[in-house]
Amino acid sequence: MNPIYKSRRRSDIVIRALCVGAALFGVTWLALILITLLYNGLAGLSVQLFTQNTPPPGSTEGGLLNAIVGSVIMTVIGVGIGAPLGLFAGTYLAEYGKHDKLTSVIRFINDILLSAPSIIIGLFIYGAVVVPMRGFSAIAGSLALAVIVIPVVLRTTEDMLLLVPNPLREAASALGLPRSLVIKRIAYRAARSGLITGVLLATARVAGETAPLLFTALSNQFFSLDLTKTMANLPVTINNFVQSPYAYWKELAWSGALLITFTVLALNIGARILGAERAAK
Amino acid sequence: MADMAVQSDVMEAAGPYDRAKALSAFKLGDLTFYWITRISAISVLLILGGIILSLIVGAWPAMKEYGFAFLWTQRWAPSADPPVLGALGPIYGTLITSVIAMLIAIPVGIGIAVFLTELCPQVLRRPIGIAIELLAGIPSIIYGMWGFFVLGPFLANTFQPFMIRIFEGVPVLGAVFAGPPSYLSLFNAALILAIMVLPFITAISVDVFKTVPPVLKEAAYGMGCTTWEVVRSVVIPYTRVGVIGGIMLALGRALGETMAVTFIIGNSFRISSSIFAPGTTISAAIASEFAESDGLHQSGLILLGLLLFVLTFFVLAGARLMLMRLEKKAGK
Repeated sequence: MNPIYKSRRRSDIVIRALCVGAALFGVTWLALILITLLYNGLAGLSVQLFTQNTPPPGSTEGGLLNAIVGSVIMTVIGVGIGAPLGLFAGTYLAEYGKHDKLTSVIRFINDILLSAPSIIIGLFIYGAVVVPMRGFSAIAGSLALAVIVIPVVLRTTEDMLLLVPNPLREAASALGLPRSLVIKRIAYRAARSGLITGVLLATARVAGETAPLLFTALSNQFFSLDLTKTMANLPVTINNFVQSPYAYWKELAWSGALLITFTVLALNIGARILGAERAAK
Repeated sequence: MADMAVQSDVMEAAGPYDRAKALSAFKLGDLTFYWITRISAISVLLILGGIILSLIVGAWPAMKEYGFAFLWTQRWAPSADPPVLGALGPIYGTLITSVIAMLIAIPVGIGIAVFLTELCPQVLRRPIGIAIELLAGIPSIIYGMWGFFVLGPFLANTFQPFMIRIFEGVPVLGAVFAGPPSYLSLFNAALILAIMVLPFITAISVDVFKTVPPVLKEAAYGMGCTTWEVVRSVVIPYTRVGVIGGIMLALGRALGETMAVTFIIGNSFRISSSIFAPGTTISAAIASEFAESDGLHQSGLILLGLLLFVLTFFVLAGARLMLMRLEKKAGK
């Protein structure tokens, strides 16, 4: 065989093997992390976890009730504030401002906010909310999450609305429907599963966020529903428990980590299935 | 549409049909909706303005006190009187961990993208693609915890002694891979960062690889090119700008990543030539000290945050400009 041909084949085989190796490398990490979580977290997964509050130092009786409730409350408020804002803003970019100079500026800034470090968002809310309110509060934590939700929802909303075929809008306009109703009744309906995907992805993104809560909502050892006070939440509780010397706290941290990870992955997969259904239609 | 019909039924039942009234109601609704969406869109700009403003206001006392010397002072002694604060340690840690992370993540990420677009059997494409994307979905605190309990001890007992032994006595490299092995180190943080940003590089590379016209690839294959030659001489040159955009996006993520790094970097403000020594990054310094800080110390941490924001802003802006250039090319 021609030596040039041989060496070309050899380098091709080497590179192919390296690519397969790279894919294995990536998938292995995911498997390793999930297996460790299951191995360490399943043991502590009991009814107690959902019925009792976080234990005081040294105690071996307790669960994560206050942290789970706090996380759910702050995530819901954060998405409740951020999702409509993102949705309307995305609507403006896709429906009204298509040829507006402002639109490209907003899209550019939004894409940067989408990947901005979440700890910076925490610093921003600390300066803008915590300092004026003179204290850490659940509402500050929720607002920090909302700031993270907005760019995610805005981006998907704009993308999804741009996929809606224009003839649909033209047909509705030709029937005399005003612009706002064309958007609300036709475009939103046509893009519905895409819009829900965006909100699910945003929820998944903030459900595990820790950095922006560290100095906005702080955490709380007790059960509290008061939005103006500090509130327990899963990520910060895990953060505090991992670094503690108590074995039982570490066990709880693993169980909490298992809960968060599988919630977030379930939301991600749910969003993907919804998106795939849309593509299949 | 059905409820539109119902509405007009209601209108007729209520009295004689008033066209002018209905039209003005429509007009008002239109105008309200337009302004709601416009104001929401502008709120994005307000958020950016708010972030910059609040960081500058918070960092002002530290800026006045330390000036530009902040950037090249290594000593970080917030409890001294007056506190001595220098950002060199965290800046060094941020840059070095990101660079090592990118050195690992770029070849692996692009390799996975090549595998997914050129080599992988059709059946496996979706499951493997989803598995890689799910890596991006795992919350960063989980990476931190996992790195702290599993990866750190593993590396300190196997990989690090191995590397230290190999490079012992070699100039330069001997200092980079100097011992002793440690559970908490710059390298551990960089490896975790690499895993975290891998999905971003892969996802964007797969997207841009798909934009290569099949005709180009088929022509190369038809001339007898191997898969590697097609990738190297056709696919990558065609998509270069997009791939670089994806890499910069991943770099932006790596620079600002907080929780995972905080757990495993060791939070040491001293600069060490060895990548197996503990260090700190800007975000790790803020995360671990901010809650207990006040006065000038807190202002110094906010100034660090401002530096990080400026740095990531430029990297991410560069990434977007690159990707936009590719979109324009694809549009033509």
